[in-house]
Amino acid sequence: MTTPSTPTQYLIRGASLLGQGAEDLLVRDGVVAAVGGAAVGEASADAVTVDAAGLVALPGMVDLHTHLREPGREDAETVETGSRAAALGGFTAVHAMANSSPVADTAGVVEQVYRLGLASGWVEVRPVGAVTVGLRGERLAELGAMAESPASVRVFSDDGICVSDPVLMRRALEYVKAFDGVIAQHAQEPRLTEGAQMNEGDVSAVLGLTGWPAVAEESIIARDVLLAQHVGSRLHVCHVSTAGSVEIIRWAKARGIDVTAEVTPHHLLLTDELVRSYDPVYKVNPPLRTADDVTALREALADGTIDVVGTDHAPHPSEHKECEWAQAAMGMTGLETALSVVQHTMVETGLLDWEGFARVTSVTPARIGRLAHQGRPLAAGEPANLVLVDPAARWTVDPSTMATKGRNSPFRGLELPGSVRATFLAGHATVLDGRLATPRTAAPEAGREAPAWSI
Amino acid sequence: MKHLLSTQDLSAGNALRLLDVAEEMAAVGEREIKKLPALRGRTVVNLFFEDSTRTRISFEAAAKRLSADVINFAAKGSSVSKGESLKDTAQTLEAMSADAVVIRHPASGAPARLAASGWIDAAVVNAGDGTHEHPTQALLDAFTLRRHWAGVAGAASPGTDLTGMKVLIVGDVLHSRVARSNVWLLTTLGAEVLLAGPPTLLPVGVGAWPCTVFYDLDDALAERPDAVMMLRLQAERMNAAFFPSLREYSRRWGFDDGRLALLDTLGLDDTVIMHPGPMNRGLEISSAAADSPRSTVLAQVRNGVSVRMAALYLLLAGDPHDEQDQQRHRHDRQSDDPDLIPEGRTP
Amino acid sequence: MTVPAQESGPHKRVVLAEADIDRALTRIAHEILEANKGSRDLVLLGIPRRGFPLAQRLAQKIAAVDPTVDPDLITGQLDVTMYRDDLRRHPTRSPLATQLPPSGIDDKVVVLVDDVLYSGRTVRAALDALADLGRPRTVRLAVLVDRGHRELPIRADHVGKNLPTSSRESVRVHLAEIDLIGGSAVNEVVIEDRV
Repeated sequence: MTTPSTPTQYLIRGASLLGQGAEDLLVRDGVVAAVGGAAVGEASADAVTVDAAGLVALPGMVDLHTHLREPGREDAETVETGSRAAALGGFTAVHAMANSSPVADTAGVVEQVYRLGLASGWVEVRPVGAVTVGLRGERLAELGAMAESPASVRVFSDDGICVSDPVLMRRALEYVKAFDGVIAQHAQEPRLTEGAQMNEGDVSAVLGLTGWPAVAEESIIARDVLLAQHVGSRLHVCHVSTAGSVEIIRWAKARGIDVTAEVTPHHLLLTDELVRSYDPVYKVNPPLRTADDVTALREALADGTIDVVGTDHAPHPSEHKECEWAQAAMGMTGLETALSVVQHTMVETGLLDWEGFARVTSVTPARIGRLAHQGRPLAAGEPANLVLVDPAARWTVDPSTMATKGRNSPFRGLELPGSVRATFLAGHATVLDGRLATPRTAAPEAGREAPAWSI
Repeated sequence: MKHLLSTQDLSAGNALRLLDVAEEMAAVGEREIKKLPALRGRTVVNLFFEDSTRTRISFEAAAKRLSADVINFAAKGSSVSKGESLKDTAQTLEAMSADAVVIRHPASGAPARLAASGWIDAAVVNAGDGTHEHPTQALLDAFTLRRHWAGVAGAASPGTDLTGMKVLIVGDVLHSRVARSNVWLLTTLGAEVLLAGPPTLLPVGVGAWPCTVFYDLDDALAERPDAVMMLRLQAERMNAAFFPSLREYSRRWGFDDGRLALLDTLGLDDTVIMHPGPMNRGLEISSAAADSPRSTVLAQVRNGVSVRMAALYLLLAGDPHDEQDQQRHRHDRQSDDPDLIPEGRTP
Repeated sequence: MTVPAQESGPHKRVVLAEADIDRALTRIAHEILEANKGSRDLVLLGIPRRGFPLAQRLAQKIAAVDPTVDPDLITGQLDVTMYRDDLRRHPTRSPLATQLPPSGIDDKVVVLVDDVLYSGRTVRAALDALADLGRPRTVRLAVLVDRGHRELPIRADHVGKNLPTSSRESVRVHLAEIDLIGGSAVNEVVIEDRV
């Protein structure tokens, strides 16, 4: 194990750890060197002092669900721009979804994405491997090769497309047990959602847009939790969007099934009423649902039925949104708004405290993705992946100023609480004073087999 | 009124005003010289992304009777079929100084998108969008119904609404923009609306509509409607398992000769039969019903020109910065909730 | 919120009272019969809104002189809204009904009736509207008030009262058929300062 040396020491003064008491933190050599009274004493004379009075220190956020678009759609996003957005949003690790072009279904593609992430240096980029070749749902991709590659893939998903064939899903769930992988399912019964444009309900009835019934999601989740139980595998359900899905997952967990679930920030705040504008910025898969669903999702995230927040950050070039609803691409950006939306919907509503926030945005996603060095406690000796948040800040979302190439933020114009003041990736400040600082330069040995992220 | 996009956001006041103006336009249509100079020098573009000769010529006649210049832009065979986006088409029309764009589009919401996009400054008239709305069809239906209803009461049509009238809409409500526009407009004007159709062709969420829903047409007819509006059935719906066969559909949901006779048996002497056209004779409506004295099919076509003249006149004739109308724009039935959270953003 | 009553403003003066209006209309009715050498082929078309009740009143007075005349059969309304040259300068106005007498206007002597003659643009629009409806033998113009400031080469044949005005003033005609002021129907012509 090697440690790339980060020359700068940071002495963080008076940060509220997980929203609790204010403490000093010394960040040195990629780790939290000292916490509390010892920090000042151990800091060297040239340590950079960060005044964190009034700020909350949290473990760096880990996103299980990011679309970085590279390779193939560099006009929409690149690993560089997407990881800049992630750092600004308070993330220290993101999982890059497999629906690139070519699809990340071989060791070669996942390794390429992984190395692009290392070269960018803003955030840890963990590729997600495709479950099936070309996302076509016909035969398994080489899951083992991806797992053994330098990218060490542990999360596999055909996200964007459901692994709807029950036999294929069963085999995938079984197969990844060999390397402690997890299948992240995009739950969408394809026949029930042919041509679907929005949540099926009162609003779709009025707008004349083809409905996307909740049962299309729920029936797949029900099947998959039973499959996971049957074969004794772990299952991760992407972007849960309905109250019914929550009930099924709650039932599955009560039965001891090894299932985890994710919710996006936009499903915690927005409803299908917004579709009345026909503005495709609100077009997303799964679709925005009803206020009752939003309430159920918040409660589920608070009580642990839903384990994590995943952004499903999905940037699109403007021409894919500046068109008729039916022609528009599905997806919303989310990396730079996730923290604020979750603070707004979960923390300020009293459903989660900051420790709970850290659990759903960092600790549990790191555990699901098997990232041992992410989502760690804020304690001496732990890897310094952390973020400083000003919870009292208010800001108005302006997509044109964002680091992501995508301008398709459904939160534009909305005033949200909370801003990221600093992000530390393995002890290196990628964000300082709320602005991008410098990327963490790839260590000289990054080209070797040992992943540079091992600290 | 800056645009005419849907009947759902049309207030009763604006709807009645439009129908009253349409009465004056209808009077002009009976003159020897059917032309008015009101829109001289204005340009109306008929932007049709979907074939519909009937609707297009109706709008064309309306615009020409008001002396507007008309440009017909059929998307087929134009740059649009070569992949040009709605945005580029709109900007082209803007560069050509179109004052109004009458748009027919297969995608629900395309006219609303055009109106809200900022790509174009022209007034936008929805001439049918996907399975969303077809507001001028509903307005001409309401115009036809109002004349009939006033006639039954022995009154003059202008200024009156449809209070007390019972209108039954039958068929494929799920895919019908005509049905949606009529449900909102007719209820806004005070009518009671009944829907009848196979459960597969009624939208999930229809329960929230201000209508009574019947799965059996004869049960609905027993409610003694004053008008029965038959919707066009697209035969290809059968392929998606919405109903087993055209014969079964026709038997259960078609307005056949037996049901025509039933109106007499029920003593519904003043009940009219409507159809937006084009009709599938022998499928959703029998020839005897379509051609009976109860049928308003041709009156609907005739009234279409008057109603579209009224719409174009009200949108284009006046000062485009008509503040009064904008204040009235929101629908009467929507509550003035002082909630500061934007709709669709849960607090 | 209270709306201040218009007529209580300080700058209002009555220039024709009810009796003055009636006298003026009687005189105009006689002039029309004299100019036409009788009631033959006469059609009175009022321009909405206040021209129409004035046309009705004139027809009544003509019928009082010539009992063979049925006032309803020689009176009509001519809406000119869609012929105006200033449509774009105002919020959209709803057109009102045009109703011709059963005999039509072809080869008739049409007397256009309006309350106030000002720029002449309304009359210009009325002449255009008339041309789309038929071909009268003669068209004449009768107005209750001519306040000057013509912008077109148009003059009235029969004038109730010539009123020299400044363009800062506005002339308002109130007729009992249409205008209720303070709950009671009034007949008067007033001059107000424009605010």
